[in-house]
Amino acid sequence: MTAAHTLAAESVTLAYGDRTVIEGLDLSIAPGRITSIVGANGCGKSTLLRALARLLSPAGGQIVLDCTSVHARPSKEVARVLGLLPQSPVAPEGIAVADLVGRGRHPHQRMLARWSAQDYAVVADALDATGISDLADRSVDELSGGQRQRVWIAMALAQQTDILLLDEPTTFLDVAHQVEVLDLLTDLSASRGTTIVMVLHDLNLAARYSDELVAMKDGRVHAVGAPEEIVTAELVQEVFGLANQITIAPVSGKPMVTPIGRHHVR
Amino acid sequence: MSTHERTAGAHAPIETSIPTAHTLERPADTGAQRVVRIIAGRRARHRRHAVATILLGVLVCVLFAVALMVGDRFYSPDQIVRVVLGESVPGASFTVGELRLPRAVLAVLTGLGFGMAGVTFQTLLRNPLASPDIIGISHGAGAAAVVGIIVLSLDGPAVSLLALGGALATAALIYALSIRGGFAGTRLILIGIGVAAVLQSVIAYLLSRAASWDIQTAMQWLSGSLNNASWERVLPMAIAAVIVMPLMLSQGRSLGAMQLGDDSAAGLGVRVNATRMLFILGAVALLAFATAAAGPIAFAAFMAGPIAARITGPGANLLLPSAFVGAALVLGSDLLAQFALGARYPVGVVTGVLGAPFLIYLLIRTNRSGGSL
Repeated sequence: MTAAHTLAAESVTLAYGDRTVIEGLDLSIAPGRITSIVGANGCGKSTLLRALARLLSPAGGQIVLDCTSVHARPSKEVARVLGLLPQSPVAPEGIAVADLVGRGRHPHQRMLARWSAQDYAVVADALDATGISDLADRSVDELSGGQRQRVWIAMALAQQTDILLLDEPTTFLDVAHQVEVLDLLTDLSASRGTTIVMVLHDLNLAARYSDELVAMKDGRVHAVGAPEEIVTAELVQEVFGLANQITIAPVSGKPMVTPIGRHHVR
Repeated sequence: MSTHERTAGAHAPIETSIPTAHTLERPADTGAQRVVRIIAGRRARHRRHAVATILLGVLVCVLFAVALMVGDRFYSPDQIVRVVLGESVPGASFTVGELRLPRAVLAVLTGLGFGMAGVTFQTLLRNPLASPDIIGISHGAGAAAVVGIIVLSLDGPAVSLLALGGALATAALIYALSIRGGFAGTRLILIGIGVAAVLQSVIAYLLSRAASWDIQTAMQWLSGSLNNASWERVLPMAIAAVIVMPLMLSQGRSLGAMQLGDDSAAGLGVRVNATRMLFILGAVALLAFATAAAGPIAFAAFMAGPIAARITGPGANLLLPSAFVGAALVLGSDLLAQFALGARYPVGVVTGVLGAPFLIYLLIRTNRSGGSL
């Protein structure tokens, strides 16, 4: 974890079978910052994240990690730089929190070797950073949704990657836990310089917590930039097809979208 | 107004400093101590797993020894050791060396194979019902063997070979039918159950057309039996076990990562498709060779994994414990079938009697928890 790693999509075309979702997309991720990909349902934002995480091979173009194609490098080597929290990971029944977090050490471990002192230290550190040290020996099954999401983030932390990709890390969480998770990710970005890329549904939370927003529409990047610069009523209208009003949130000083629906409008 | 702002501003740093104060309230729990606590917790789980696995291995050894000693005549451990070392012991050399030893060795090998194959499928498909004797692979071996016995009038090694081909072909068919648009475990299980039903009716049809002496041979084979154990039958299974089992055990950690879902596993650097292929091919090979050698010993593959999971504790690697449970099940059931029930039954009768209620128990439990292994 010395120099910041770079991640970029170079004229990437992504398709499921015959159906092309994204064509010729270019995007470079800002190192050490928090980037959120936003857009309407079906605009290809999750597809793009899956491609960045090398879960999906591009039909054209390439995903470039530090100047080499991500698919040309050994998977385990990439996994030491690029971590992923998928949308619905599965916890094996009855597994203890510390053991699950320890699974994040996989790319650092040799085939049959037992946990090293470093493995233990990193797992302890990950539990600490996510505030779940006290849950270490509990079964993941017993935890609440918010605690469970912390466990998964801790597992991603134990992987010790410079880049962390998250696919909708706040789904299924109530608003308090959504904010909690995003605060935690912000802490990570600030304290460790981790590059964070996530898909978020909630535009207001994305505008609040991101250094960079990538607004996608119909498989193309519609706008990229700091939320303060790009979140305008016109952009939201174009990207989501939603009449809206932008105000500056007094708490954060960031742009906040208020939808203008058909009812309850003064 | 300005005073108000200043007060608000003065409050802010105090509020943000609260978490720091909170962590300082518990100076006892330093980073080093936290690591110690985590090490202790994990060691305890690790120890339980290791002790349980070793005890299961010991159980297999004990049952193996009992299987060599007990029979129409009892032979002492001393006599057994001398036979195994190649000395000529009157009576024992034949009974133990030619009858009991190949039978016990075959029981251990097929049991290990069924156990490891079963838990591999159950883990990969994240469903305890996804055992090869439920998703049709064993039925493929059975149908091929019945065709061999009844239609082609084969016996011995030829039937085994046919059964091997039947298991492999059925596995390939189920995989090909379920692969459409990516791998999906549930689809594979459902298609497998369908294929099992089709093959079941093929077997029933053939049996209804067969001559009575063939029916007996076929039924004996179908229920899974060690009665025809011989060194010729042991050899192919032994070779398969020696090649496949170490390979699968060495990749156990990747299988553990795949429990978290394909995406998580890929994110952890596991080559998901290659790993899945290795485990499916390995499990099918073990299962096919074990079935070819001893018939589809009912429910052995299905029961081993869940029993091993209960014994070794959650979240642990189940490949080796399940193999041991499988071996203990087959050995123990064969002892029961031979000596405890008055008449000598094929081993599959006992595992079948044990397995049916276990299936119902798992169905109820899965229905309640929706859980995997």
